[in-house]
Amino acid sequence: MIPGAFDYHSPRSLDEALSLLQQHAGDAKILAGGQSLIPAMRFRLAMPSILIDINRLDDLRYIEERGDHLAIGAMTLEHSLEDAAVVRSSYPLLHDTAVVIADPLVRNMATVGGNIAHADPANDHPGTMLAYDATVVAKGPKGERTIPIDDFFTGLFENAMGEDEILTEIRIPKPAANSGGAYTKFERKVGDYAISAAAVQLRLDGGTVAAARIGLTNVSAVPMRAKGAEAELVGKSISDAVIEAAGTAAAAECDPSPDLRGGVDYKRDITRVMVKRSIQQAVARAKGGK
Amino acid sequence: MAQLDDRTEHHSELADGVSAQVPTTDEVQIKTPESIGGMGHRKKRKEDPRFLQGKGNYVDDVKLPGMLYMDIVRSPYAHAKINKIDASAALEMDGVLAVITGEDLKAAGDLHWMPTLMSDTQMVLPIDKVVYYAQEVCAVVATSRYIAADAIEQVFVDYEPLDPVVDPFEAMKDEVIVRDDKEQKTNHIWHWEAGDKAATDAVFNDAGTVVKEKFYIPRIHVASIETCGMVANYDKVREHMQIYMTSQAPHAHRTVFALVSGLPEHKIQIISPDIGGGFGGKVPVYPGYVICAVASLVTGKPVKWIEDRSENLQADSFARDYHIEAEMAADKDGKITGLRVKTLSDCGAADAAANPSKFPAGLYSICTGSYDLKAAHVEVDGVYTTKPPGGVAYRCSFRVTEAVHMVERMADIMAHELGEDPADYRLRNFIRPDQFPYTSPTGWEYDSGNYEAALNKAMGMLDYRALRKEQAEKRAKGELMGIGISSFTEVVGAGPSKDYDILGIKMFDSAEIRIHPTGKAMARFGTKSQGQGHETTYAQIVAEELGLPADDIEVEEGDTDTAPYGLGTYASRSTPTAGAAAAMAARKIKAKAKKIAAHLLEVGDDDLEWNVDRFQVKGSPDQAKTIQEIAFAAYTNHPQGMEAGLEAVDYYDPPNLTFPFGSYICVVDIDKGTGEVKVRRFVAIDDCGHIINPLIVEGQIHGGLTMGLAPSLYEEIVYDEHGQNLTGTLADYLLPTAVESPKWELGKTITPSPHHPIGAKGVGESPTVGAPPAIANAVVDALWHLGVRNIDIPITPPKVWKALRDAGVTD
Amino acid sequence: MSEHEVTLTINGESVTRSVEARTLLVHFIREDLSLTGTHIGCDTTSCGACTVLVCGKPVKSCTMFAVQADGAEVETIESVAVGGALHPLQEGFWEKHGLQCGYCTPGMIMTAKNFLANNPNPTEDEIRRGISGNLCRCTGYNKIVEAIQYAAEKIQADAGGE
Repeated sequence: MIPGAFDYHSPRSLDEALSLLQQHAGDAKILAGGQSLIPAMRFRLAMPSILIDINRLDDLRYIEERGDHLAIGAMTLEHSLEDAAVVRSSYPLLHDTAVVIADPLVRNMATVGGNIAHADPANDHPGTMLAYDATVVAKGPKGERTIPIDDFFTGLFENAMGEDEILTEIRIPKPAANSGGAYTKFERKVGDYAISAAAVQLRLDGGTVAAARIGLTNVSAVPMRAKGAEAELVGKSISDAVIEAAGTAAAAECDPSPDLRGGVDYKRDITRVMVKRSIQQAVARAKGGK
Repeated sequence: MAQLDDRTEHHSELADGVSAQVPTTDEVQIKTPESIGGMGHRKKRKEDPRFLQGKGNYVDDVKLPGMLYMDIVRSPYAHAKINKIDASAALEMDGVLAVITGEDLKAAGDLHWMPTLMSDTQMVLPIDKVVYYAQEVCAVVATSRYIAADAIEQVFVDYEPLDPVVDPFEAMKDEVIVRDDKEQKTNHIWHWEAGDKAATDAVFNDAGTVVKEKFYIPRIHVASIETCGMVANYDKVREHMQIYMTSQAPHAHRTVFALVSGLPEHKIQIISPDIGGGFGGKVPVYPGYVICAVASLVTGKPVKWIEDRSENLQADSFARDYHIEAEMAADKDGKITGLRVKTLSDCGAADAAANPSKFPAGLYSICTGSYDLKAAHVEVDGVYTTKPPGGVAYRCSFRVTEAVHMVERMADIMAHELGEDPADYRLRNFIRPDQFPYTSPTGWEYDSGNYEAALNKAMGMLDYRALRKEQAEKRAKGELMGIGISSFTEVVGAGPSKDYDILGIKMFDSAEIRIHPTGKAMARFGTKSQGQGHETTYAQIVAEELGLPADDIEVEEGDTDTAPYGLGTYASRSTPTAGAAAAMAARKIKAKAKKIAAHLLEVGDDDLEWNVDRFQVKGSPDQAKTIQEIAFAAYTNHPQGMEAGLEAVDYYDPPNLTFPFGSYICVVDIDKGTGEVKVRRFVAIDDCGHIINPLIVEGQIHGGLTMGLAPSLYEEIVYDEHGQNLTGTLADYLLPTAVESPKWELGKTITPSPHHPIGAKGVGESPTVGAPPAIANAVVDALWHLGVRNIDIPITPPKVWKALRDAGVTD
Repeated sequence: MSEHEVTLTINGESVTRSVEARTLLVHFIREDLSLTGTHIGCDTTSCGACTVLVCGKPVKSCTMFAVQADGAEVETIESVAVGGALHPLQEGFWEKHGLQCGYCTPGMIMTAKNFLANNPNPTEDEIRRGISGNLCRCTGYNKIVEAIQYAAEKIQADAGGE
């Protein structure tokens, strides 16, 4: 399994990367962590003629709270999320997600930006970022722009960025008081993509759900929010029945494909279970639990 | 099956005289001090320092001057006519030296077909049609791995797709003929029976209870972490073929290569260097090996071929793929009396299993297991389908896994059906210790056993009764917990030459020991370790017999130019055969050593007795000669009339197989939401007779248990309706990681084999054989009250989920 | 199609080679540098047999191009024993029988080396998760876990003794 030949560029600055991308528009692919792209190239499912390796752009590796959000540089390693104190303490949904992405070795190469930009519904970050109502920052020849996560995923492996743009940052709003989040993933074995997974971020007002967003993993062609499930929660006093209703709504609105991980009915029902378990955990955390 | 001929009589003179009445113990026997490190010592492995420092030498590490690389074009269809192969573009590429097609092989002397180890035939490269997905179509030879990979993309093959036949029951209808090269236009390959049909029918007619069930034992793949590969190095001047090869059976492979190629056998050297796991997958001769050797013959240069993982999973021999229908009868008291089994064996496109010639279904008729039945009858039919050929091992080649799975599942179903505790039910149906040697209804003579001791020990280790109580409490709360038992009987050590051969070569194995003048030794064997630790265990056997420190014995295997001929390592046969040969060769040396000692001490042979590492004069132990002193004398001061030197060879032909056994108990919890099965505890009591090295035996059992867990819960080779393999990578063929693997809890009983020179039995495959029914029984035990009687392995979450939802259970 | 000069430090030694851009790091290490202790077991970033440390972090060298390691410090199994003395992990694997065929062992040890550096006193569950990117087909992992526990204790004891 040997990749096809290509020309390789290793820009030392974002501007150099953007200029290379513009120069080779349509022929070039960005190499971030490469943990999806390189296997695809080894199978010759991807045969880019030009690779622009942005791993030397260390300026794009950071995790820090800035104003009202957590800013994550696109080239931040997944592994860094696991270790970051701010993620552990204040972004449990993100931490839950980071520790179940692929395996520990892959997480030493894979990047947050790459995981999102790949727009693979099987990846774990899209659902999480949908639940967080994150914002994607993209830079291109015309400058920098922000894209709400709800507008970012436009198709299977397709995103809202132009061919000449590079994803530079992800911004997660700081959770308000009484917020909680959780990611529950059911996988065939460690390192696998999810059979189904649910990312839940919610805010309580007393016993009532004041706000909730739910993202789902690997049960649709395009990374999706479970808006029906959210609707079952918001404004309701939390109870087993409400949680069950949210799970049932998610099962109905997701759109999984049958494969070796299971049939459609199975995946829908697992989605119900994952959504319920994530809600329960998110509620517990919103109430101050771990 | 026991057969005493001249050879075994000769052996019995040297045998230790272990009696059939040796009781079961659980203490490892140690007779030598640690400085000698004979049998029973937890000796660190002698082979480890090289592996720990990256100095192992595997086939892909071999690099020869001027070496070329081969890559293979494979079929995208399971069944298709080949109209044309156009390799012109590939041949024009810089660095491409040759493209080898079936026509080329045909022209080179009909090398486009080869025999399988089951005396069937298999295509090396096709002339007119392909019969499985990922079949080898042609090969490219180039100056680098990368160029070869580019070049296979430039070979254009015009295929005309034919209907595949993926399901063996469909194949039996003969609507699509897989092997139209055969005279008989049928997919049915063979029919095989064991046991007594009339007696079995009679038992069923008298039965109080009969249970029936169908099982599918899926197609699985060993997926050793090292794939298969070869470096072939043909020297045109010397007319000599040197081959480095991932081979579990280098001597047999040399003979096959000689027969296929016409090269004289003494001009072929096969070296099986360090092997990165075998488990049976490196027993067959694959087309890639033959093509690689031809590529070296054609180019006159060394050629390397290393499989990709996808090629390994898609085209190498699979294991299992048995469709079983079983019926078990019990009398009015609930005692098991009979077993009736019909099985369809999906062989793929060639019968390329590695069973002994007389056993097309391997040792499947061991399927009465640990139970004392009145009668049994077993039928198996082999059938071709358009899938890769095989039926070889997955850490158990001879179909014992399938047999044990069926009988242990059936015994459990019967117990549940009768409302009896599955442990108590087994205890009252076991063959009793006083019945050994025991002749089974299908003709096996079990050498030894004590099944109740093993099960009682397992039950004690995890407090079985308390677990049953916990289960009842949990069930009352709607929680799903199951306890599964497997009390298996293994049959290994093939085998006695009367009945066992592969391609006519009898299944003995060999040892050759040479003691050097300074008391250091070289021991060579016909087997080939793939991680089993032969360099340590064989040294320990020789140390036990001769008193030489195990560290002073260099063990070598795998080079056909130097090692004595043997059938190789698979089917847990190394200890029963070559391990026995080690002891027997050592005893020959000891016999000579005694004469030398007598000469040195100036006493008669009969005045001497052996004491750990020396011969001493009876009654005056100060008068002694150590084995080292004797070795030195063998070269410097040997008796007149005696040949100098101290060495011996033994080709051991076992009088019978050995019958390791064990009892496993598995505790599972089931997630009602997802259907996930979590193994909470797994206790394994194994009895492999005398233990050579407990550390290594534990490692073998741990590994075997994980390879039992894997097909129980995770692994299956899946084909779609077109015959395309959907599980051709390790992303979809799910090898357990450290997270999925439970913390195994081991225990042992020791019931020595009465006929084996050191009372050992072989252990590598036992856990892979025994574990799956324990796990399946545990799952069904958790769900029986919901009306679930069987879930076929792998017991994946979707299967359990369906059973739960069908029973109205949800989360 | 581009060729690149790659200079990196391998096991403490600086090397420079010209490679095709597509050369995988694992092939660079095995073929160009003739360090064959690093193995290849799959095509899908699944098995971890090719694990090496790049700038201290364990990565799968089959899923990285050699050009990406330009300027990096790369460590392979060949560097782990210093001056002929086995590393506590190597000792642990030997003492506890943490290897059988030896094929996954180098990758396993490289992963464990970094794991213990970050987590010197791990629980069994943490160890199992820590090595979940490395497949072993022989051992069933029990004795690998014990080997890493042995090494953790040995390293702690050695550090405490200083």
